Amino acid sequence: MKLSGAEIIIRLLQRQGTRIIAGIPGGANLPIYDALSKSGAIRHVLARHEQAAGFIAQGMARVTGRPGVCFATSGPGATNVLTAIADAKLDSVPVVCITGQVPTAFIGTDAFQEVDTYGLSIPITKHNFLVRSAAQLLDVIPEAFRIASSGRPGPVLIDVPKDVQKAPVQFDAWPAPGRPDPFPVFDMASVERAAALINAAERPVLYLGGGVIQSGASAAAMRLAEKASIPATMTLMALGAVPAGHPLSIGMLGMHAARYTNVALEECDLLVAAGARFDDRATGAVASFCPSAQIVHIDIDPSELDKLKTAHVAIAGDVAEVLNALLPLVVENERPRWLARVKHLSDKYPPYLPGADDPRTPYGVITAVASLLDDDAIIATDVGQHQMWTAQCYPLRRPRRWLTSGGLGTMGFGLPAAMGAALACPDCTVVSFSGDGSLLMNIQELATAAEENLNVKVVLMNNNSLGLVHQQQDLFYGGRVFAADYRHAVDFVKVAEGFGVKAYDLGQSADPLATLSHALGERGPSLVNVPIDANEKVYPMVPPGAANKDMIGGENYVNARA
Amino acid sequence: MSTPAHDTESHPARPARRAVLELTVSNHPGVMSHVCGLFSRRTFNVEGILCMSIGDGAQSRIWLLVNEDARLDQMTKQLMKLEDVLDVQHRGADHDAFLRLEEFFRA
Repeated sequence: MKLSGAEIIIRLLQRQGTRIIAGIPGGANLPIYDALSKSGAIRHVLARHEQAAGFIAQGMARVTGRPGVCFATSGPGATNVLTAIADAKLDSVPVVCITGQVPTAFIGTDAFQEVDTYGLSIPITKHNFLVRSAAQLLDVIPEAFRIASSGRPGPVLIDVPKDVQKAPVQFDAWPAPGRPDPFPVFDMASVERAAALINAAERPVLYLGGGVIQSGASAAAMRLAEKASIPATMTLMALGAVPAGHPLSIGMLGMHAARYTNVALEECDLLVAAGARFDDRATGAVASFCPSAQIVHIDIDPSELDKLKTAHVAIAGDVAEVLNALLPLVVENERPRWLARVKHLSDKYPPYLPGADDPRTPYGVITAVASLLDDDAIIATDVGQHQMWTAQCYPLRRPRRWLTSGGLGTMGFGLPAAMGAALACPDCTVVSFSGDGSLLMNIQELATAAEENLNVKVVLMNNNSLGLVHQQQDLFYGGRVFAADYRHAVDFVKVAEGFGVKAYDLGQSADPLATLSHALGERGPSLVNVPIDANEKVYPMVPPGAANKDMIGGENYVNARA
Repeated sequence: MSTPAHDTESHPARPARRAVLELTVSNHPGVMSHVCGLFSRRTFNVEGILCMSIGDGAQSRIWLLVNEDARLDQMTKQLMKLEDVLDVQHRGADHDAFLRLEEFFRA
């Protein structure tokens, strides 16, 4: 066979099973786009900003677990996509990003739209390539997919100079598609010691992280929790691993946890961490986290073990495989005293969700949306107060139905990630809870959503403010709210309509629940504006740097509920 | 260069114990950036670096002279995660590579 580098890229992507690519063409990736135009098997989604193309790829990957693919041109195309790549690195999302580069002979000459994409992407990718010959593509493309989806997943960037895209290559056979490596062999003796610790523990807690979602370990985690009666808490990334409302779920831990969750962790004598990395937003001051607990830590990435907290038993392995090996060694135990204690704590310090019955409040609109959707719905968020309110009260019941930017905390994530989810799951309703600050960071994607008629619903909690900044200035900077409240209010209904997206204003609606129901029920993109008060707070809250036991706000739970 | 900002005590800072990491890596442009970038972004000082291609030139050897502190194990694990790092060996600070090189650096 004799094909150009660009044709090889497209054919290899097809052979990987890629059916949708998000991206933007430009001078340095035009040969790839020309080859893509002839593919027939791959649908291209033309984003309006490369960062959004990266988040669309992430949305597809987060829902399916398979690598999402995005394209960008050299220079500004590449720098624009980097935020989405860094976001994928911190949340361990498999993404393959292919960027155009100036021709090889021009590299290093400050050519038009030249930037050192390889150098820029080193610290924010799992691995990256600068392809120096078209023949190398036959190795690099499958290798990129192998790396992105093996072990702890992550983004891989491939930078391809324009002359490499155009160069013809003679070759005999296609390489095998890149597939994930087999899981590492884990140490069974450590699993036995972990089981002994669980069997001896009086007050154990399961601490589930995003790795549980990645490895498809939700069912195994639940079986372990149920067999040994272990209450399970989840990080932001793991919500949905144990269904909300499950008797052993104690919800999300950390900075915006329900108070009882953090108190239960404070009292536990054994913490079984699975696919979690002891992030500061989850642990608070790490030295004071679970002060009386022994720690079992299971993670496929050995560098996470003993990184921030020394484990008594550390197991490097696939979370699902390790949990399944652990299960037969763990003794059935009803643990009535500990479960009664946790129940007592949750009665005394329950989740505090004021306004949950009024769809014009933050908790109310989230609760109302949940009441109108089933468990197939996919929920995305942007970053800020609305994200934490949604994490606190949306009843997530299934893995891979919750898309949120956890590690990098990227405002602007929600809409394009939701669009990626809608592309991957065309029959699903995808809701992106957003704030006005976040939405403005990628609002141009409403045009893409309209063009592709994606079933994405933006529920916009609009306080005309950077709410979480406003909150922190109020609480920790003497109430000096500065550069947080916008002086000019955007008319989001008009803006959305200008993009060709249907829009509704809950503030103007006589029957907010009916308006919501209508917006969620009709196919295609829409936006629902929900005016909220900039003085609303996310409570409770652990001040940054403090221990999780030192939560502020929401103390008078029982009174507030009465 | 390494004087602490608040060095008001009379006794000089005790020199840190050193170790040498011996890396076998793929030999292509960018590998040094991957290795050095890893150390700098995780705020772990490298006191000395040596790099030469070995064998037929497909691989290189990198020696890193580093401080032996509690985070070295974490750094070694992070190095092992780099695709182009094929092997990491932990050597004592009396490694010939740096002892003999020091002669060239004497004023």
